[in-house]
Amino acid sequence: MNNILFITIIVISAIGSISAVVLYFVSKKFMVFEDPRIDEVEALLPSSNCGNCGFAGCRAFADACISADSLNQLNCPVGGNETMKAIAHYLQLDTLLVSPKTAVLRCNGNCEVRPKTSKYEGVLTCGAAHGVYGGETGCHYGCLGFGDCAVVCQFDALHMNPVTGLPEVDDLKCNGCGACIAACPRLLLELRKQMPKHRKVYVACRNKDKGKTAAKACKVACTGCQECQKVCNFGAITIERNLAYIDAEKCTLCRKCVTVCHTNAILEINFPTRKIKSEQISEA
Amino acid sequence: MLKTFKFGGVHPKEEKLTAGLAIQRLPLPKKVILPVAQHIGVPAMLAVKKGDLVKTGMLIAKSGGFVSANIHAPVSGRVSKIAERIDASGYKSLSIVIETEGDIWEESITLDQPFQAIEALTTAELLLKIRTAGVVGLGGAAFPTHVKLEPPAGMKADTLLINGVECEPYLTSDHSLMLEKGSEILKGTSLLMKVLKVQRAIVGIEINKPDAILLLRDLAKNFQGIEVEPLQLKYPQGSEKQLIQALTGRMVGPGALPASVGVVVNNVATAFAVYEAVAFNKPLIERVVTVTGKGVSKPGNFLVRIGTPIKELIEAAGGLPEDTGKVILGGPMMGKAISNLKIPVTKGMSGIVLIQEKEASRQQVMPCIRCAKCVDGCPMNLEPYLLMMISEKGMWEQAESNHVTDCIECGSCSYTCPSSRPLLDYIRTGKSKVGKLIRSRQNSVLTDKQIPI
Repeated sequence: MNNILFITIIVISAIGSISAVVLYFVSKKFMVFEDPRIDEVEALLPSSNCGNCGFAGCRAFADACISADSLNQLNCPVGGNETMKAIAHYLQLDTLLVSPKTAVLRCNGNCEVRPKTSKYEGVLTCGAAHGVYGGETGCHYGCLGFGDCAVVCQFDALHMNPVTGLPEVDDLKCNGCGACIAACPRLLLELRKQMPKHRKVYVACRNKDKGKTAAKACKVACTGCQECQKVCNFGAITIERNLAYIDAEKCTLCRKCVTVCHTNAILEINFPTRKIKSEQISEA
Repeated sequence: MLKTFKFGGVHPKEEKLTAGLAIQRLPLPKKVILPVAQHIGVPAMLAVKKGDLVKTGMLIAKSGGFVSANIHAPVSGRVSKIAERIDASGYKSLSIVIETEGDIWEESITLDQPFQAIEALTTAELLLKIRTAGVVGLGGAAFPTHVKLEPPAGMKADTLLINGVECEPYLTSDHSLMLEKGSEILKGTSLLMKVLKVQRAIVGIEINKPDAILLLRDLAKNFQGIEVEPLQLKYPQGSEKQLIQALTGRMVGPGALPASVGVVVNNVATAFAVYEAVAFNKPLIERVVTVTGKGVSKPGNFLVRIGTPIKELIEAAGGLPEDTGKVILGGPMMGKAISNLKIPVTKGMSGIVLIQEKEASRQQVMPCIRCAKCVDGCPMNLEPYLLMMISEKGMWEQAESNHVTDCIECGSCSYTCPSSRPLLDYIRTGKSKVGKLIRSRQNSVLTDKQIPI
């Protein structure tokens, strides 16, 4: 009995040690060299693996950082400037600081101002509805309201508002990764430069119909009347195909356009209420 | 044993309420709306401007490329607007609006006396006539016919198939056309055979149209090389690839053209349009549209001018019934529900089906029970349940490797599903996403190598 036990132990140990020796040499022979800095850089990244840097995840981005001569072409939208500075510091490379961006929804056609003209019964995703027809309302450019953007947001920054039927962006959580922009079949979401205190002035409309048609479909549609363009002192507003667009790079948040817009298509967000004018001046 | 295609297929209730009814000519509409993109391919380019006076049959939009088609004025009158109008896609697109003032035809169109020297025309002359007349496939896809008639280099057609299947429930426009214009269809067929330089043509007709089969068989005795083949009842037999399989036994590979197996398929209505284009120089400005539905008081087959708002068609059929749940352009299987009755009749529209409310609503979606009825029903040998699942999850690469782009959107899967799952809705989304992916990949390759298109 003892004998069997003894032989077993010897055989197993012999197999073990032979395998260990073989494995040692095999691992030496077929070893893949991986830059240890990749691990370090990856540790600095936010590990969201969202892919919005253009690479297949954080590790691929770290790999690209290591092999690059300068970090000017590379940017992690989620980590932002802080992360890029840290990587640049670690790798002793240059990096370009980019202004952080947040997503805005260029549609304000909620259930009240944009009446429904038909009923959609198919699969309740924006992608499916967009493929079938212009949507439940008279506006063929506006939000479909099935929340494809909210589904893809990894950072809990986009939620559907059941009252308005539109998605809402949480400015504090949105880091401008751009996943929602790709998810929207109507290209309604846009990444805009983040302004101080998350203030935003933008045209919340993408309707390219002629003014009369657009206004009929939605009370807050941009009609392309050009009033805002006339009043803008900074040349930030362009009008193309009956639709105004405010260039976030040129906009100074003066809000003159908001006052002249007769359909309230231009939104001002995160500003103090207008009545207290004296405070505003002192703040500025 | 009658011929049919090998894989899949379903047999929906036929409901051909308007079968055998004579074609009625609809009075001229007050105005016509003509989208410049009513065919597959490049939209046509405007050839008129606002305020112009046009005659019936005048060219108003010129073909915008090789895969494109001319558009002609279907009435005579004044171009009142060139603006964006809602079309059958459910979106707005650039359209020409003509206010009708009468029906004065272009001088070149000789309706009362057919062109005598048809036999003497060369292939190139025939092709030019077909192209000038703006003939497109009238079965539904509206693919420019002249493109089909010039197979790419290296491909040679040996057989012409004429599609008289009309497998969609409710629709009877091709059936009525075959009964009334049988000899014209066969004359058109022999013209197509001449252009393609083929010796053999087969007209495929499903067995539920025995009168059309007998009539065309009788007439075909006067034509050389034209056979009429009855086919078993099975949907989607009218689809190009399925019809080729049923009539010739040949299989068209994924993404390949029918010409790769030596076949060209044209609809009976297209053959008729080709005959009219050659014999009378008459452009494609009218077509037969079935207006039907269980609640419709006077369903029928109407010969209408292209561009007529469908509201006028529905009024001619006795008005919109109170209990209408959906208005569908095309047949109930592949057609499209619309949200606006101002949509005009386009070249590819074969029918308008008004579905009653109680039949129109969707059933509650239940979980997949893995019965594989959709797999059995799929005529393209795909796995619809799998494609739906991966499209739902957004796994586009997987969808591509499972050949989502081969889907012909016939709806057999959704029709057979006992759990009423919206299979086709998801597959269609997947198909369009994958299509975009493939196109963006090709475009990047093109820019890299700087190949001019």
